[in-house]
Amino acid sequence: MGELSRFWRESDHRYRLVAHKCGNCDRVYFPPRDVCPTCHRESVGKMEPIDLSGKGEVVSYTVVHEAPTPFTRQKPYILAIIKLDEGPSLTGQIVDSDPEEVDMGKRVHSVFRKVAEDGKSGIIQYGYKFVLD
Amino acid sequence: MRILRDVYIIGAGETRYGELWERSLRELAVEAGLRAIENAGVYSRDVEILYGSNSLAGIINGQENIGSLISDFAGIAHNNIPAVRVEASSASGGAALREAYLAIKSGEYDLIMVGGVEKMTDIYGNELLNMMGSILDREWESFFGATPAAMAAIVARKYMKDFNVEKEALSMMSINDHENASKNPMAQYKNKLTLKQAMGATNVAEPLTLMDCSPITDGASAILLASDRYMKKNKLEGAMVLGSGISQDYFAVHNRESIYTLNSAKIAAREALKKAGKKLDDISLVELHDSYSIYGLLELEDLGFAEKGKAKHLVYEDIKAGGRIPVNTSGGLKAKGYPLGAVGISQAVEAYEQVMGKAGQRQLKSVDSVLLHNMAGTGSTSVVHVIGGE
Ligand SMILES: [Zn+2]
Repeated sequence: MGELSRFWRESDHRYRLVAHKCGNCDRVYFPPRDVCPTCHRESVGKMEPIDLSGKGEVVSYTVVHEAPTPFTRQKPYILAIIKLDEGPSLTGQIVDSDPEEVDMGKRVHSVFRKVAEDGKSGIIQYGYKFVLD
Repeated sequence: MRILRDVYIIGAGETRYGELWERSLRELAVEAGLRAIENAGVYSRDVEILYGSNSLAGIINGQENIGSLISDFAGIAHNNIPAVRVEASSASGGAALREAYLAIKSGEYDLIMVGGVEKMTDIYGNELLNMMGSILDREWESFFGATPAAMAAIVARKYMKDFNVEKEALSMMSINDHENASKNPMAQYKNKLTLKQAMGATNVAEPLTLMDCSPITDGASAILLASDRYMKKNKLEGAMVLGSGISQDYFAVHNRESIYTLNSAKIAAREALKKAGKKLDDISLVELHDSYSIYGLLELEDLGFAEKGKAKHLVYEDIKAGGRIPVNTSGGLKAKGYPLGAVGISQAVEAYEQVMGKAGQRQLKSVDSVLLHNMAGTGSTSVVHVIGGE
């Protein structure tokens, strides 16, 4: 699906969990934003990159059984919303655990893994996933 | 000078909903449009502009420029009648209806056709799931394996835990949809659904099963909107668009303050009801955007019919066609069908038929006003309309 540029453009943020911090109100945003939704024009030019720890907790999760083609070889897989310690939440997979071990409120940390593969084009995508602490 | 017109739905028409392998996008659109024209008792050459709504034709059918396509094959490009497409994902229909409403209200136009169409079976199973991923944030949700069902499931799990809601309550939404669709000749599924079937269906994204998820649907729905002056001049009848509201929330679910609160629905409903001068007590029917069963419960709460976490008390009796707050007499997205960009118009067709007393076996006894909620994806955009008698 789509062009290569779409994949490498965000790779830095996906590989290293780089967020943006608003220089006006100190809120942290992931994925990075050029404008702070709280400060609007006051924040323009003041959004600074900041590395996230990758540590957080499970807000909620699901076990995906019907998956798009780049993910069919992984199914069933655990997909979760994780709230990171620095404030922002994100969506990502939890790996290396059985669904029975995962629960809301459990602590996780990020790992760097293969995310998806397109069988036809052979493109492999990398990025963050999470494992239980 | 202030010209503010009242706006009426004066006719409606649609195709049957379902997996219509043999029908094309343009055939569906034209069939619905012609039926609406005939139903309204007007001529297509009198239509001043066409608003088409569609979500995914660009990637599913490889066809953009949908406005031109429909205008041409409806035969009205010959009369140079303009056509545009309104896109707001699965809320495209509601958004198109709203644009048309505003255009008539302003005094610019007197007769508009609004048609929604989606042709989903031009592509298969998992490939279609890839494309459905474009409804979400491709870079920060779908990229990691999210699907619309998966995001609804994540929301459902937390909601069920925080408010002590059993899975059964979610299934009741689907059961109600199937019960109502059994009386809708245009519906995709006319079979009734038992609790056992709903609960025992295969997992799609836990805790949601196949019976919590709306189907893949081909279909088109169309309505004609007219100003009060056009309607009176031509001695026509219609259901009045009493109020319209639209609102927005963060695109990705993970960015919302509460993942089980649909802020866009809350605000759009408040706005539409206020403009209509109606209270929730005046609402005789609600058409919900229950693309996934969990959303039906969240919407009942965020539209104002129950407190957060309390919709479970409404789903057993109150939402039935004979209940206190009838929900989805059309059959809803689960059983009438879920042709993404057409949903908002499908809902408007049901409102028109119920208000005008043309709903056949589904007809409710006394209809004051109907509230329609059409939502984009996981709730990023909500469009609410209140439709009623004069
Ligand atoms: Zn700020």
